[in-house]
Amino acid sequence: MQAIVDKEGIKRYLISLTVNGDTYTVVVKANTMLVNVLREELNLTGTKKGCETGDCGSCTVIMDGKPVNSCIILALEADGKEITTIEGVAQNGVLDKLQESFLNQTAVQCGYCTPGMILSAKALLTRNPNPTEHEIREAIAGNLCRCTGYVNIVKAIKEAAGQPVDEH
Amino acid sequence: MYTPDFDYYAPQTVQEVCSLLTQFGSKAKILSGGTDLMVKLKHGTIDYEVLISLKELNELKGITYQEGKGVVVGARTTHNDLVNSDILNEKYLSISEAAHHMAGNQIRNIGTIGGNIVNAVPSADLPPIFIALGAIVTILGPEGERTVPLEDFFTGPGKTVLAQNEIVTYITIPDQPTTGSNYIKFGLRRSGALAVVGVASSVTMEGNIIKDARIALGAVAPVPMRAKNAEAALIGKEYTDELLEQAGVAASQECSPISDIRGSAEYRRDMVRVFTKRSLKASITKGHSGEHLETEHGK
Ligand SMILES: Cc1cc2nc3c(=O)[nH]c(=O)nc-3n(C[C@H](O)[C@H](O)[C@H](O)COP(=O)(O)OP(=O)(O)OC[C@H]3O[C@@H](n4cnc5c(N)ncnc54)[C@H](O)[C@@H]3O)c2cc1C
Ligand code: FES
Ligand code: FES
Repeated sequence: MQAIVDKEGIKRYLISLTVNGDTYTVVVKANTMLVNVLREELNLTGTKKGCETGDCGSCTVIMDGKPVNSCIILALEADGKEITTIEGVAQNGVLDKLQESFLNQTAVQCGYCTPGMILSAKALLTRNPNPTEHEIREAIAGNLCRCTGYVNIVKAIKEAAGQPVDEH
Repeated sequence: MYTPDFDYYAPQTVQEVCSLLTQFGSKAKILSGGTDLMVKLKHGTIDYEVLISLKELNELKGITYQEGKGVVVGARTTHNDLVNSDILNEKYLSISEAAHHMAGNQIRNIGTIGGNIVNAVPSADLPPIFIALGAIVTILGPEGERTVPLEDFFTGPGKTVLAQNEIVTYITIPDQPTTGSNYIKFGLRRSGALAVVGVASSVTMEGNIIKDARIALGAVAPVPMRAKNAEAALIGKEYTDELLEQAGVAASQECSPISDIRGSAEYRRDMVRVFTKRSLKASITKGHSGEHLETEHGK
């Protein structure tokens, strides 16, 4: 890994990240967190910061196919990895099924948890297109929502999986 | 939230990890998944000048079965690797289940078994079931390799036998084809909660006689502990529900829980009695299994 030392002796490293299909080369310090590269260097502010200590899931991104908390992962640890953020979920201006179903089921209130929720759900449906309600709840157990009470979020994920959803 | 500045190395060999640890001494720390280290660095409860990442060391990742040796789990294996392992699902479902009931999916994707063990947190979920299955830790240092039974690895909360310049490379579970095992995690919530009490057991039967039994308790002593009096009450005896109750009582007497925000000492002791009994019964009747239960107010 290439490192640059400035005149104050601070070391910076050159890393490469593939985010939503585009490969970026960015300069980071050893203690730069992945979430800060996404938000501050790449302007992808859809990834939120809540607790910043791995508890709430609002910073969830998909890294090499798996949802992870970008607030406790060093950018250096993500060097060379493939990352999907909420900005990469819609394709060619068309919302993903999950984004549509979250709107349809009113699974969004303040919206702060939504990017992380959708990415956790996206990773679930990619691995398991027809999950049980239990599997859905487990998949989003690391994403805290302070508004909805989760019921409509679970419904939205069921709808996106093509399953019948109780109305009201 | 930021961490203090530190220098970062990602060596290509395990030997290099040891030489960097030797070179930098107590200023340096190993970084595995970082789910514990990053949080503590952010909170300022620890401070290191150098982090040595294990990310390039793929030889420390993964689960294999080695004839004559047993199941070998690399220190960088993540909790979800344990959950999804065909080998564990076939041989020790109790381990996959214990891992499954930890944290949330995002943490399980990056947190590792090495970190879970070396942390030496009394309530950690993996040590009890690994101790109950007689797991052996392999440690590499500048002078070479050594092995320590996991039950002797912990010396106090946050303390282990690991020297500053040593690294845990893998954990081995010896073959025990006729043994059953179980882990019960009892928490305040279904997900993302630390264990109030964790009870693991393994039992080897010969007909109706308990030939061997190991019980390991989490969150009820300064270190994950074996309940040896309870084990002694079982070995060589015929399996009855009363016998398991006696073992539960013995375990609840020999543990030394504290009262904290998650439960009083008295409550924990009684839950040790209840879950020891249940865990033993599962080990005897169900092969390998795991359960996650929550307190009434967690429902
Ligand atoms: C939201 C959240 C929920 C959690 N839930 C649970 C839970 O339910 N149950 C549970 O048990 N834990 C839980 N944890 C704690 C933590 O995730 C686990 O203990 C995890 O296994 C730590 O592994 P890591 O790879 O992330 O460790 P790191 O943070 O990388 O390292 C932890 C410590 O171990 C040392 N270390 C790591 N690997 C090695 C090695 N191979 N050799 C020598 N030293 C090493 C490091 O130097 C450091 O001191 C939770 C944490 C968070 C943030
Ligand atoms: S901001 Fe990362 S888990 Fe809360
Ligand atoms: S919608 Fe507000 S936190 Fe989930």
